[in-house]
This record gives sequence, C-alpha cells and structure tokens, in this order.
Amino acid sequence: MTMKLSARQHKQRLGFSLLTLMTFLTVIPIIGVVIYIVYLGFPAINLEFLTGFPREGMREGGILPAIIGTFYLTLGTAIFAVPLGIGSAIYLSEYAPDNRATQLIRIAIINLAGIPSVVYGLFGLGLFVLFLGFGTSILAGSLTLSIMTLPVIISTTEEALRAVPQAFRTVSMSLGATKWQTIRKIVLPQALPGILTGVILGLERAAGETAPILFTVAAFFLPSLPNSPLDATMALPYHLYVISTQVPGMPIKIQYGTALVLLVFVLSMNLIATTIRSRARAKRQW
Amino acid sequence: MKSKQITRKETVSSIREFLITALIKAAGYSAILFVGMIFLFLLLESFPALREVELSNLLSSRWYPIEDYYGVLPLIGGTLIITIGATLIALPFGVGTAIYLSEIAPRWLRETLKPLVEVLGGLPSVVLGFLGMLILSPYLRIWLDIPTGLSAFAGAILLGGIAIPTVVTVAEDALDAVPKSYRDASLAIGATEWQTIWRVTLPAARSGVLTAVMLGIGRAIGETMTVMMVTGNAPILPTGLKDLFSPVRTMTATIAAEMGEVANSSTHYHVLFLIGIILFLISLAVNVAASAVVFRQKKSQERILS
Amino acid sequence: MNKISIRNLTLTYSDGVQPLRDISFDIPANQISVIFGPAGGGKSSFLRSLNRLNDLTDLTHQKGSILLDDQELLDPGLDVIQLRRRVGMVFARPVVLPLSIRKNLTYGLEVAGETNKDRLQEAVESSLKKAALWDEVKDRLDDPAIALSGGQQQRVCLARVLALEPEVVLLDEPTSGLDPISTGKVEESLQDLKKEYTIILVPHSVQQAARTADQAIFLLQGEVIEVSSGDLMFTNPQEQRTQDYIQGRFG
Repeated sequence: MTMKLSARQHKQRLGFSLLTLMTFLTVIPIIGVVIYIVYLGFPAINLEFLTGFPREGMREGGILPAIIGTFYLTLGTAIFAVPLGIGSAIYLSEYAPDNRATQLIRIAIINLAGIPSVVYGLFGLGLFVLFLGFGTSILAGSLTLSIMTLPVIISTTEEALRAVPQAFRTVSMSLGATKWQTIRKIVLPQALPGILTGVILGLERAAGETAPILFTVAAFFLPSLPNSPLDATMALPYHLYVISTQVPGMPIKIQYGTALVLLVFVLSMNLIATTIRSRARAKRQW
Repeated sequence: MKSKQITRKETVSSIREFLITALIKAAGYSAILFVGMIFLFLLLESFPALREVELSNLLSSRWYPIEDYYGVLPLIGGTLIITIGATLIALPFGVGTAIYLSEIAPRWLRETLKPLVEVLGGLPSVVLGFLGMLILSPYLRIWLDIPTGLSAFAGAILLGGIAIPTVVTVAEDALDAVPKSYRDASLAIGATEWQTIWRVTLPAARSGVLTAVMLGIGRAIGETMTVMMVTGNAPILPTGLKDLFSPVRTMTATIAAEMGEVANSSTHYHVLFLIGIILFLISLAVNVAASAVVFRQKKSQERILS
Repeated sequence: MNKISIRNLTLTYSDGVQPLRDISFDIPANQISVIFGPAGGGKSSFLRSLNRLNDLTDLTHQKGSILLDDQELLDPGLDVIQLRRRVGMVFARPVVLPLSIRKNLTYGLEVAGETNKDRLQEAVESSLKKAALWDEVKDRLDDPAIALSGGQQQRVCLARVLALEPEVVLLDEPTSGLDPISTGKVEESLQDLKKEYTIILVPHSVQQAARTADQAIFLLQGEVIEVSSGDLMFTNPQEQRTQDYIQGRFG
C-alpha cells in the first residue's frame, strides 16, 4: 500500500533540508578557516620561525618571544585561577547552604562571565598595573586573565563535582571520614577528568585573548625574553594583531604563519581536553 | 578499637578540618569580591568624567577626543547596530543548527559536528578578525560595490559567527534536556517530527534557548578585537539601515584603540572608563535578564510539580 | 545487658514532618534486633540516628535520648567521626566506593589514620572472612570493586564495616537488590556475626524478619506499636495492627 506524501510531510522535508543547509553553512566555514590558515601559514613554519627573534621590524625572523610569552601567561593564569576556581567550586558543590548568600555568589559568577574582555583589560590596567604598581608585566596580565577565566573553571568544576554520585559521600561519611577527607579521597579524584577538561578549556580561552593583555602586559617588541614576572612580554594574539594592522609591508606569509601557530596552540589544548573527557567517560566506575 | 570511650572532638584534626573549610569558604566568596572590586574601580575612575565633561557633550554625536568632543552616542550606536546585525545572523543559524544537531541529525553526525562547533567557539577572536580583514572585507567591497568592506556589515557577520557556538552549545543542551516522553507523546497522536519540534520540543526548551540567545548577544556586545579589525573604526553615528555598510566604531574598540595612547588620569582616560562601566552595566543587564528567565521558568515548573 | 537504650526519641525535619515520635525501647547486646514495618514508618531515620548520619540531612530537632553503653549519642559535642567507627552501617543498594576491593576495605581504617601495611592487610583478610567473601576474592583484591556481582558487592560493604571492628552493625534492607542465594548467605553471616557484634536489621520482607529476629520491633508511622522476641512476634503478636501487617492486610 503506497500512501502519497501529505502536505505535512512535504513541509517536514523542506524544513529538515533548510535546517541541514543552515547547519552546514555554519560548520563549513569553520573547516574552511582552519584549512585556509594551515595552507597559507604552513610555508612560513620552519625552525627559525619558531625559535628565532623578529628582525627587520618583525618582517623577518621568528616569533619565539611571542610563543614564550603566551606560554608564560597561560601558566601564570593557571597558577592563580586553578586553585581559586576549584576551591570556589568545591564550596558551591559541597558546602554552600541553599540561601541568599549562595545565590549572591552565583550571580557574581554569572556577571564575571559576562564582563567584556576589554573591560577586564581596563580593570587590570587600573588595579594591577597602576594602583598596585606592578607595571606592564606578566604578573598584571596573569592576574587579569585569571579573574576572567575564573567563571569557566568554577562552573565546569562544579558540574564535575556534582556528577559524582551522592551515595559515595554518604558511604564515606558513614565509615568515619570527615567532609574534607571524603572530598579529597573520593569526590575530587572521581571529578578530576571533568575538572581538567574545564581547566584546559578555560586556559585555552585565556591564551587566545588579546584585549585583556593589551594594556596590562603586551609589548610591541622586546629584544630579549622576559626573565621575571614583572617583565612585560610579547604574546601571540597581540603579535598577530600588531603585525596585521600596524606594520606596513608585512609579508603575508608571516602573518598567516603567526595565525597558524596561535591556532595550533589553542586547538591542541582543545584536543587534549576533549580526549580527556571521552577517555574518562569510558573508564567511569559508576 | 573495641569499647573505646568516645571522647570530645579530637583537637588537632578538627583544627585542620576547620582551616581547610575556612579556606574553601573564602574561595567561594571570592567571586563576590572580584565583581565588587571591578565595579568599584570602574566607578571610581569613571566618575571624574561626569564632572569634567558636560552632559551635553557626552550625549552629543561627535567623538573626537583630541578636540575635547566626547560624544558617546556614535559608539553606542556602533555597538547597537553591530549587535543587532549579529543577532539576526546568530539567532536563526544558531538555533537552527542546535535543532538540527539535537533533533534531526543521526548520532554519528552529531558526534562529529558538535566538536567542530566547539572548535569555532575556541577560535581566538583576533584570528577571526584577521581573516575578516584579509578576506571578508575585500569580498564585501567587490560584491556589494561599496567604498570599503570595513563596515558594520562585516562586523555583524563575524560577530554572528562568534556568537553562534555559544548559542548552539547552550540551546542544544536545553533541547536535549526535554524529556523523550514529550516527543513520544506528540508523535503518538500523529504529529510529524517537524511539527513536534516546533510545537512541543522547542517551547519546552524555551527558557534554555532564550538564555542561549541572550548569552550569544552578550558575547557579541563584548567582542573587541574582531570589531577593531573589520569595522573601520570610524566613530560616526549610524542613522539608518544604509549605514550598515559604512564604517562604525563600537564601544569596545574605542577603549582598546585609545587606551594605550591616553595619559593617566586625563579626562580622556576617565571617559574611556565611563564607556567601560556602561559596557559593564549592559552586560549585567543582559545576564540578569537571562537568569530571570531561567528563574521564572524554574518557579513555574516547581509549581506544576508540587 | 542492653547495648543501646532509646528513650522518647522524636525527630523533626525542617518542613515539620516527624519521622519518629516519642519512641522508646532497648537493643540487647549480641542479638539481632529487627525493626520492621511498612514503608515510611521511620525505620531508616531511626537507623541514621544511631550513627548520626541524620546530621547530613535537614533535620532540625532531635529530642529524647539514645544511650550507647551510657554514652549519650544526641549530645551535640559528641565526636561523630568516632561514633561512626563504633556503629557501622550497610545500606540498601550495594554502594562500593570507586576503588579496588582492598581499598574499599581499608578506607575506614585509612581515614582513621592507620598506615601500618600489616595491620591493614590483616583487617582486609579477617573482615572478608567474616563476610564469607574471602575465598571468592582473595586472588583479586586489587581489582575494582565495581566488577563484582551485586551479592558480592554487598558483602564487600559488610566487610568494609567490619574492618573497623565496630560494636554495632546497622543494616538497612541489605538484601533488597539481591538474589535469594546471596540473601541467604548474608542472613547466615548475620547469625555468626551476632556473637561478636550487636546487629540491628531493617528487613525487606516480613519473612526475612521472622527468619532472623532475636528481638523484633514493629514501627508504624513513626511510633513503636509492639516490641517482642522474634519467636513470639511472628507467631503470636499482641497488637491488632501488628497482626494485620504480618498477615499482609496492609503493606
């Protein structure tokens, strides 16, 4: 028995096709962007580019100081944001009562998440660079970036902690463990993969940000690598911005090469985080 | 351990427990501290601007700090037109993609595409601005036959692209959370899947999808580097739709571009902080609105269930 | 000799609900006391008062007295950590910690500060033997506990408690998810264990209560209806309500 397709089913076919088209229009440019940057940037990649210093007003040579700078900034952000963020999430997940004060904390976190990155830059400039006198430095930049990264780490860590079954906590405490022992020995280890994923994704974002570091740490050109947290530094995102907008006669190859290095830096963190997440899902003991 | 008398709390280990608990509690409250600090700082540094610059100047449509013109309207207008444009792109494409991934795509496709969308979300904005500057703007100039491709339109397209991953991720989660029983019930009475999506699933996920869009808008408002690189950075008040194709300047780009050259504690410095606090308050408003939506939805669900 | 004496115990939650109202009875040492009754009667709440696990819920008032060997358990200054080592609990669904079998068993001792490897190993062996599980798992102590069957997991949970050498063992419907053979093994273990420990059991069926009880307490909607010896309770209950419940007229 064949039934003719009704009008509704035609409508469905049309609608589905439209949505499919929309999705692919969204996704294909992403692939295109990556391929384009790889294609145009790859020729620039060689040992000198990755390990050398810029020369001739950055039109030649390498981008090592920018790479090292981004690395230091990411590390600095991790040092401040990770303990504070995880501690905060532990409080919200394991200790916080269901009251006004806790609600206030959550509102504060949502707001921190929404503040534009350039406003963080303003704040960092005002507080860390000027008021506290750290100057344009890795310290100021890391502190600024870490406050910006805090909401991401807190929310993903809290989610990971909450995913651990409550029964484990009850059992642990019935065996005479204190609350903190329970967290340390059972909850945290079980939540660790989720926490790591969140931390890495948060740091990935911090590594790629330009606006917060514009006035707090970024230097246009430095002849040597930074050797203390109070030094300014170059950084990959800022470097890309500068060479593509402020330097006339900049070879296209170097611009795309810089973009490629930044992309690789950021995407590899993404890959690591995703791998941790899927591996952990498979190994779960609950 | 048999028949041990239970003593009053052991002092040493409970002191340790107390200290750790105190540290964790302090970490928990730190978020409030930071928001407070940021707001306070912005307030303190922007307040002098209100004293040093007359209100009529601030509300004028001329932004030319070198000659003491501090009209912020062009900047607000720039942000507004780009944000509206970005929303018009991000809403259909973002929600559409979310629906496709959550309701229509086969599992294997979904597992492949979802990470791709997340990759887009992780792309540094400076990279997108870079490509927009080198590729999008020249093409726009050619296709649309306009003097320069560095325009609000380019900014809207790119910002839409930046906002889409946020919208997709949050909306897809919201759609995914709708209980299967809702869909099954709708299909059981003869509705097509298409009808089910629009009449049952999407309305059920309403608050989550709305939150997703608002978060996307928030992201677009806060973008700096991309707009700096593709919108032409001309602080001219956009007055009509045709201005979509002219250069504009956003509040964020203004701060980023001019902060580096400004003397500490000068009037210009304070006005930039004023713009900063306006941005802060706008994002505050968007976030409060988004959480109010979620809150109201939760309350009505609680009432239904109780 | 009475191990535990409960007098006028009343519990109140923050929403006003009272799972237990003015209950009083004694738990003799080295016997299996069974607390049975329909769901929602307060049995679990009662067990959780004995190891102060109720502290983790939103209980607002605990009135009355619970004496464990003359120690008042409702005293706010009581060291509940130590209490929970003296009074162990086995839960309804076997919840093994996401650790190896060995680590599950040594968990309680480790959080108590025990580090001596020999003492830990000794505890592992003796507790598994008491729970009748030693022979089955002695060669795979470092395997994840989640790999065991349901019945084996529950016996790990029992052994876990025994490793702390408690005085009282609370069991809240310990066999509700288990097959009849595992159930039988658990009930058999209890008969051996009562020689060393005081056992308080919430059974998952009246039949189990009848099989195991030395003393039986019928708890209905937060009130003690009847307390009697195991034999008498199930052959000749005094109260009408007890009789109705045992005969299945309500459940």
